Amino acid sequence: MDIVNLLGFSLQQALGPTAIIYCLAAIGLNVHFGYTGLLNFGQAGFMLVAGYSIGGAVTIFSSSLLVGAVVGILLCVVLALLLGVPTLRLRADYLAIVTIAAAEIIRQTIGAASFSDTFGGQDGITDFIGGFRALNPYGDSVGIPGLVTWSAYDFWVMTVGWVVVALCCVLVWLLMRSPWGRVLKSIREDELAVRSLGKNVYSYKMQALVIGGVIGGFAGMMTSLRSAAVGPSFFATDVTFFAYTALLIGGAARVLGPVVGAIIFWFLINFVGQVFSSATGGTDPLIPSWIMDSNQASLTRFIIVGLGLMLLMIFRPQGIFGDRRELAIDAR
Amino acid sequence: MPADRLTPTAPGEHSAARQGLADVPREPGAPKPDPILVADGIVRQFGGLTAVDVKHVEIQRGVITGLIGPNGAGKTTFFNLLTGFDRPDAGTWSFKGKGLNRVPAYKVARLGMVRTFQLTKVLSKLTVIENMRVGATGQRGEGLFSAMFAPLWRAQEAANTEKADALLERFLLIKKREDFAGSLSGGQRKLLEMARALMADPELVMLDEPMAGVNPALKQSLLGHVKSLRDEGRTVLFVEHDMDMVRDISDWVIVMAQGQVVAEGPPDSVMSNQAVIDAYLGSHHDQDLSEDVEAEILAAAQAEIDAQHSGEHQEDHRG
Repeated sequence: MDIVNLLGFSLQQALGPTAIIYCLAAIGLNVHFGYTGLLNFGQAGFMLVAGYSIGGAVTIFSSSLLVGAVVGILLCVVLALLLGVPTLRLRADYLAIVTIAAAEIIRQTIGAASFSDTFGGQDGITDFIGGFRALNPYGDSVGIPGLVTWSAYDFWVMTVGWVVVALCCVLVWLLMRSPWGRVLKSIREDELAVRSLGKNVYSYKMQALVIGGVIGGFAGMMTSLRSAAVGPSFFATDVTFFAYTALLIGGAARVLGPVVGAIIFWFLINFVGQVFSSATGGTDPLIPSWIMDSNQASLTRFIIVGLGLMLLMIFRPQGIFGDRRELAIDAR
Repeated sequence: MPADRLTPTAPGEHSAARQGLADVPREPGAPKPDPILVADGIVRQFGGLTAVDVKHVEIQRGVITGLIGPNGAGKTTFFNLLTGFDRPDAGTWSFKGKGLNRVPAYKVARLGMVRTFQLTKVLSKLTVIENMRVGATGQRGEGLFSAMFAPLWRAQEAANTEKADALLERFLLIKKREDFAGSLSGGQRKLLEMARALMADPELVMLDEPMAGVNPALKQSLLGHVKSLRDEGRTVLFVEHDMDMVRDISDWVIVMAQGQVVAEGPPDSVMSNQAVIDAYLGSHHDQDLSEDVEAEILAAAQAEIDAQHSGEHQEDHRG
């Protein structure tokens, strides 16, 4: 087993396009769950809407990716309003139920055979990325030779992606240090108290749902750009839960929590996966095949990372950036 | 609302508002010379149970009014209805002459009628000073777009912080300024909630059981704080079970029982009112339940039931 190769591969993934997607999705969830206490289990729905928007803008309407991005943002706002209007006056659990269901409804509908002429059914949409590719300033693969390299296209996606991540972080930082952010955090603590102090709780929750949903939409757009395709299978429910995992690893209600969390999460998934696949592969595997064969190895990474999450929750429940004192209050 | 619209009086001095109560008749629904809050025909039903059925009640401006009554009398429900946290099935009520029907709770608070809660609601994971800052109304930085540009709200924030510090000083919480509100004791939470309500400069402060779960030593200081609200010219309406507190600080007492206002008056006259004693202790509380009295009561009850069964809907003569 070559440790340099192993680290290089994991690093390539941890800073690569996929990590950016989880990063953006988790930043959105941080606004929802971390700051406002809204349980949105349908982040994948926002991602899908925006991802299909930039794909569909080119393939269906022969428009540009930029127009698709604007439409994607608008559709995310509309989706947030649709989800929020009936549920935000009710208890937190209702939003959780409605969002998880809505995300699946959208995904199943858009993947349905009846719409396969426009949305391509389960195969999704491809061949819309030409405009973005043409703008790529990198001619050759980029990276540290011998350790990690990215293809020119991947690096272009990463450049755009990390800029979007940085902008979102600045936005969240600006908002959360302000009195506006203080109202959100207060709503997370006690809605009734905030209402008794003259704040329109419903309106604040709606604003938070929209902002987090749009940031989730950016994650969906990055998905389309990374894969140069969109399909229903990219936005299954587990995407939302991976994003939650990234958020909890980094620490909720911290600006950089979801960023660091997503990098660590995606590094671990790939590192552990690679360790097991190289330990079970080849003609004379390190782990004999009667214990584990190479098919089982790819699933083992989820078991190991899941175990790691449990240990994290036991020994550092606040995540990496969290404040332990805050959790001590909950225990009272 | 600016503080200068309130008319402060020296502690202990009897304000015109309190003297005005001298001529008010001691009966339920009595009209007051200068009411700040007027409620008419408020009815709230939960299924078949009528929790609140208040015909008419007025709250005098600038005094401390106590709202008492046995458990289940509908005091807290009435509080929730007045502050917009619950909607009545029927009735109208107004604050400073402005009708409050279908006005949401947050707008009621902005009008200058701020409440606290029976189970104290502090924002646990925010520091004490942040709790206070949230209480200020009309903050420019609470709009989504202005929030992103700190210069727009920094000056106002500094002014609010100064005001918050002064209040924390007054409520003896200044040493806890940077602590999480969740780490405060029960009594300190009550103080914080009261101080936070004052950040909005309310004209009417509604306290829901301010003494519940507070140790006797802190009680005295809390009493002083409630009185100081009146001395600043604010109106206070509070729900309380602690009779010592009611007797000590209220200028006027309204008694509720089974959803209705059964008596009104100054504390002394109310405490000796037969309707109040009956409400708290039951109408037979001063009789020995010897065997013949018990038989008498049973016979009376039986007679009543018989009368109802025979279709004669007679008045209840028991008082």
